[in-house]
Amino acid sequence: MTATAPKTARAPIYSGTRIPSPIPTVLKTPPELEATGDILTVNFGPNHPSTHGVLRLIVDLYGEDVTGLAAVIGYLHTGFEKNMEHKTWWKAIPYAPRIDYVSFQNNEYVFVGAVEKLLEIDVPPKAVWMRTLLAELNRIHSHLVWIGTSALELGAISMFWYAFREREMILDLFELVAGYRMHTRYFQVGGLAEDVPRGFYPEARKFCDWMPKAVDDYETLLTRNKIWLERTEGIGLLSREDAIALGQSGPVLRGSGVDWDLRKAEPYLAYHQVDFRVPVFQTGDVYARYLVHMAEMRESVRIVEQCLDRLEHMEGEPWIADDRKVVLPPRHELHTSMESLIHHFKIVTEGFRVPEGEVYFAIESPRGELGCYVCSDGGPKPWRVKFRAPSFVALEATATCMHDALIADMIAIVGSLDTVMGEVDR
Amino acid sequence: MSGVGSTEPTGHTGFDDVPGLAEIVERYRETTIVVKPERLIDAALYLRDEEGFNFLSDITAVDYLGWGEAGVSGYIGTPDGRDLNTPMTQGYQVVPVAKPQRFAVNYHLLSISERPRRVRLQIWLADGQGVQTVIPVWPTADWHEREAFDLMGIAFDEHPNLQRILLDDDWEGHPLRKDYPLGGEPVRFSGEA
Repeated sequence: MTATAPKTARAPIYSGTRIPSPIPTVLKTPPELEATGDILTVNFGPNHPSTHGVLRLIVDLYGEDVTGLAAVIGYLHTGFEKNMEHKTWWKAIPYAPRIDYVSFQNNEYVFVGAVEKLLEIDVPPKAVWMRTLLAELNRIHSHLVWIGTSALELGAISMFWYAFREREMILDLFELVAGYRMHTRYFQVGGLAEDVPRGFYPEARKFCDWMPKAVDDYETLLTRNKIWLERTEGIGLLSREDAIALGQSGPVLRGSGVDWDLRKAEPYLAYHQVDFRVPVFQTGDVYARYLVHMAEMRESVRIVEQCLDRLEHMEGEPWIADDRKVVLPPRHELHTSMESLIHHFKIVTEGFRVPEGEVYFAIESPRGELGCYVCSDGGPKPWRVKFRAPSFVALEATATCMHDALIADMIAIVGSLDTVMGEVDR
Repeated sequence: MSGVGSTEPTGHTGFDDVPGLAEIVERYRETTIVVKPERLIDAALYLRDEEGFNFLSDITAVDYLGWGEAGVSGYIGTPDGRDLNTPMTQGYQVVPVAKPQRFAVNYHLLSISERPRRVRLQIWLADGQGVQTVIPVWPTADWHEREAFDLMGIAFDEHPNLQRILLDDDWEGHPLRKDYPLGGEPVRFSGEA
C-alpha cells in the first residue's frame, strides 16, 4: 500500500492543479472581472473573531463570490527563534510550547527531541511512554479547541461548550502532572522534569472512559447535521497532488486522501509499539478534514490507554537519564556529594553543552509535520533554532482552496486548515 | 500505511549524480547534500523527479558570522567523541570547523512514498549573493523563501513576490542575522533601548 495512491482507484478530487500562478499563495481576480468595476476589496481581519487570532485576508469580492485572496501574516511575530539563540539550552525549552499555545506539549517535545538527537542521549522507557501519553492527550486537547472554535464560526455554538468541557478535563490532568495547565515545561532534556505524580493514572483512566462517549455526542450533533453538511461538503477542495506540492501535512493532507502520518512513517517516541489507525478521507473538502479530526480523537484515546497499560507497571523506574553532564543531579545528593553540587552549579549557571552540528527533527503534531532545526556550535546556547510550523504552511493553501468559494465559505475553509497564529508568526 | 519503518539515512544510495554536487555529509543519521548555488534548480529537479523527494518540509537559513571565534568554545568530551559518564574525561576541546561562506540555506526534503526518506539540500552564500527561487519545483517554497528573505536577508532571484512576510514592510535590517542586536528597538518614554 503506497502513501500517495489509495487502495482503490478513485476519481481525482479535481483534475489538474488549482495552485495560482505565478504566486502560489495569492489568488488574483481575473482581468475581465476586474474590468467590470464591480469588484469590492475587503480587508478581513487582522482583528476578526473568526480568524483564529490575528490573520488578515485581503479579499476581492464579486457579489458574494471570492475572486481574489491574499493572506497577510506577521501580526503575532515575537522573535522566538532570535530569543532562543540567547538562552542556554534548557532555558530555551519554555519558549517552544508558547509558539503553539494549543499543542504546547508537542512543540515542547520537538525541541527537546531535537536537542536529544544532537546529544545522542538515551531516554528511559518511562519518560518515553509518559511523553507519548501527554502528546496524545495534547492532540485531543488541540482537536477539541479546533472543533469548538470552527463549529462556533459556522453557527454551532453548543459545540464550543461541549468541546471546552472535555478540554477542561485534559487541562486538569496536565495540572495534576506538571502543576501548570498550559505550557507545562514538563519535558526535560533526557526525560521528564519530575516523576509522574501519584493518582495520575486513575484520573487519566477516568478521562479515557469518558472521552469516546463525548466524541459520539459531537458526532451526533454534527456528522449528519444537514446545516453542517451544507456548510462543509464540497467546500475548500484540495487535491492530493496540490496538497503535497503546497507542503500540506496532518489532517489537511489526510483529508485529501494521502495516507501519511509521521507517527507511522518515521516512528518516534513509543508509536511503533502502540496499535492505532491513521484515518484517511478522500474527498479533500472541509467535511473530510472534520472527519479526520473526529477519528483522530478516538485513536488518541486508544493510544493513551495503551500508554497507561505500560506506565502502570513502571512504578519506581527512572524518569530521566542518568547523564550528569546534561541532567541535574538528584536533590538529595547535593547534601552529601561534592561532585553533584559542582554539576548542579555548572548546569544551572553555565548550562550544559551540546555537541557541534545540525539536526532536523520532525514529529506529527496535531496540525501536521512540526519540525525543529537545531544548530549548535558546541556551546551552552543554540546557534540557530528554526521551527517548521505546520500552521504557517497550511495558510499557504488558502488561495488554492478558495476556488469558487463564497464569502461565507471562506470562514469554513480558513477554519478547516486548523491554524494557530502564534505558530504561524512565531 | 501498513508497513512501519523508520526513515533510513540515505547515504549508501549514492547521491553522486546530483547536479552541482559539492559534498555529501552524513552526521546524526542525517544526509546533507551540499551543492553549488548556481546549480540549485538542477539539483532540486533531480532530487524531486529522479529520487522522489516530492515534499519540501522547510527552508532554513543560517548565519554563521562569528562561528568558532573567541567566546565560542567546544564541548567537553574525549578525543574519541563524547563520553561524559566516564570520570576524568573532561577538558578536551573541539573547535567548530570553519564554514565555507557566511550563510547556509537548508532545504529539508521529504519523500512521501512507500519508502519515506529525508535529505537536507544545502547551499552556501556570501552576504548579498542571491540564489534562484525553487517555487517552480515546490510551490510551498513561496512563504519559506519570503521568511528567509525577511529575517535573514537572503535574496531569491525571480521570486514573484519577494516581500517581507513577518515584519513590517518598512522594517530595517534582518533580525536573525548574528550582527543584529537583541532588543535593538528603542522603547518610547523610557529613554533606554
